[in-house]
Amino acid sequence: MGKIEKDATSLGTLKPTMSSDLIVQVKKGEPAQELSYQEAIREALREEMIRDEKVFLLGEDIAKHGGAFGVTRTLFDQFGPERVRNTPISENTIAGAATGAALVGMRPVAEIMFVDFSGLAMDQICNQAAKLRFMTGGQCKVPWVLRMAQGGGAGKSTAAQHSQSLEVWYAQIPGLKVVMPSTPYDAKGLMKAAIRDDNPVIYLEQKFLYPFRGLVPDKDYIVPLSKCDIKRTGSDVTVVASGYMVWHAMKAAQQFESEGISVEVVDVCTISPLDEETIGSSASKTGRVVLVAEACRSYGPTGEWGMLVMERAFEYLQAPVVRVTGRNSPVPFADSIENGVWPDTEDVVKAIEKVMSY
Amino acid sequence: MDIDKSTLLEMYRRMVRIREFELTATDLFKRGQVKGAIHTYLGQEASGVGICMALRKDDLIAGTHRSHGHNIAKGANPKKMFAEILGKETGYCKGRGGSMHIAAFETGSLGALAVVGAGIPIAVGAALGFKMQGQKRVAVPFTGDAGSNTGNWHEGVNMASSWDLPVVFALENNHYGVSTNIKYTTKIEDLSIRAQSYGIPGVRVDGFDVIAVYEAAVDAVERARSGKGPTLLVTESYRLDGHYAGEPQVYRTKEEVEEYWKKDPIPRFRKHLMSNNIASENDLDGIEKEIKKEMVEAVKFAKESPQPDPDTAFDYIYA
Repeated sequence: MGKIEKDATSLGTLKPTMSSDLIVQVKKGEPAQELSYQEAIREALREEMIRDEKVFLLGEDIAKHGGAFGVTRTLFDQFGPERVRNTPISENTIAGAATGAALVGMRPVAEIMFVDFSGLAMDQICNQAAKLRFMTGGQCKVPWVLRMAQGGGAGKSTAAQHSQSLEVWYAQIPGLKVVMPSTPYDAKGLMKAAIRDDNPVIYLEQKFLYPFRGLVPDKDYIVPLSKCDIKRTGSDVTVVASGYMVWHAMKAAQQFESEGISVEVVDVCTISPLDEETIGSSASKTGRVVLVAEACRSYGPTGEWGMLVMERAFEYLQAPVVRVTGRNSPVPFADSIENGVWPDTEDVVKAIEKVMSY
Repeated sequence: MDIDKSTLLEMYRRMVRIREFELTATDLFKRGQVKGAIHTYLGQEASGVGICMALRKDDLIAGTHRSHGHNIAKGANPKKMFAEILGKETGYCKGRGGSMHIAAFETGSLGALAVVGAGIPIAVGAALGFKMQGQKRVAVPFTGDAGSNTGNWHEGVNMASSWDLPVVFALENNHYGVSTNIKYTTKIEDLSIRAQSYGIPGVRVDGFDVIAVYEAAVDAVERARSGKGPTLLVTESYRLDGHYAGEPQVYRTKEEVEEYWKKDPIPRFRKHLMSNNIASENDLDGIEKEIKKEMVEAVKFAKESPQPDPDTAFDYIYA
């Protein structure tokens, strides 16, 4: 990803051309290979399925076909139809069956093709899986992972029912964990952590990031859940972002280097439970905060992040907090209007200028 | 089918235990000692007991908001059940669930889910887990007639049948979804024919006859355990109480309810046991007396137990 360009035809679209020097997460000299975000998820699944025979996959068209985005491709050939299991188009029962299997000792990784379809499974996710342990007084646990592709496929034009960012639907439910990796390194490490966790974990794959490439260590590692990751250390302004938006934040931060403005980028790679400490400390340190999320503005993630900055860092703030978000709009189809609903690097740049000039 | 005496007497004991539990719980509720609501299983005792007595301890049931009876049928302890509905730390769910979520995992449960139909996909997944681990266990989700109209139900039965999973879908037709008789919401009268569209056996039995239910359940469980796949087992029953205890029941006549009381499964089974010389009147009176005493002790235990410590309010949200 060394080259991130603004596409002339689509406002502010990042182009995943090659592996990135914008975000480096592997130490120099550490044995590593370059993987795409999509490949990193697949390798995490493969390694966990080898490590633990209780891990299995279920979802629509995930077997030979490899899922809508090819994430599980080749796993069917390696592990067979028992462990890479095509289901009927029954989202609610995919989620519910994952819960049942988890209750009897399996470690299911279920897939709902697009997060937009997960409304069909809301009861099983939010009322059943999330609450079973609590309402039975700890008699059981529900260790599953639910993979869902979400967010804009900028330039992919999948319109209003295949493009949403819905992490806050699930972040509202105690008992669930919600993760949203932004890099191949995090995609692999968070998937491993999610599979090994004893709780139901919503794993949101960023569609636009699937082809993004980055270095991933050869060794077995996890990225811990419930932690933010500081993708870039800085002292003048904090940009809090998640998913695809982290890349806009990083690109914007790079642009400010020549001006001598030091930008810290906090990646909220676990949406819930939220690592308030890291966001609060960074805000206290810099005193200037920009929040960036792809989801719709109203009641979106930035509202939560902004409020916790008020709670934890108010006396340190030198400027009002500014947010950059998706518009309160269904995602349209045509290029000319589709890209208008999402933030781009330029929006983040302007927001940083605004908090710096206050 | 030859059913041994001890099994028959245990069936009777569990049916009476359910009846006495529900009457006692209703009494406590009417005296304001139970918070929330209770949904009783009065009239359906033969259904739950006939099915659960055909199961092993390590077979798992998925309950509903109306599962006091299912728990007792599977062997749960009334002490811990009363403690739960009174919101005590000594309850099965440590007072976190209450009446609608009583689930005794120690006697084989997947939880009691109070959204209609929700236990179906969960039981299907458990059965998948059994099959993948090579365990010869069976999962039994309970639903009522109204639950068989949910997407949960149809999705779940379809998935289980297409994968030949060891599930017995227990459909207890008590004729009412809250206030609405099934005849107003469903074209077919025999719900067991729903099995046909999923390519599995559909069996319909008299849900007031515990022996008929037990025999049908044994066949269905055997079929599931031997890897032949699921069965839909419909027990024709009736909800003798309102949707919840104290509910006014303006949607049905007293005469209708009285007609069904004549089918009460407990006196019917009692008569069967005596006329076939399996037990004497004295024996059965003894069981009833013993159960009534058990209830008094269970309520005492529950009342004397502490509520959860407020410091533990947020325990069990995450593992």
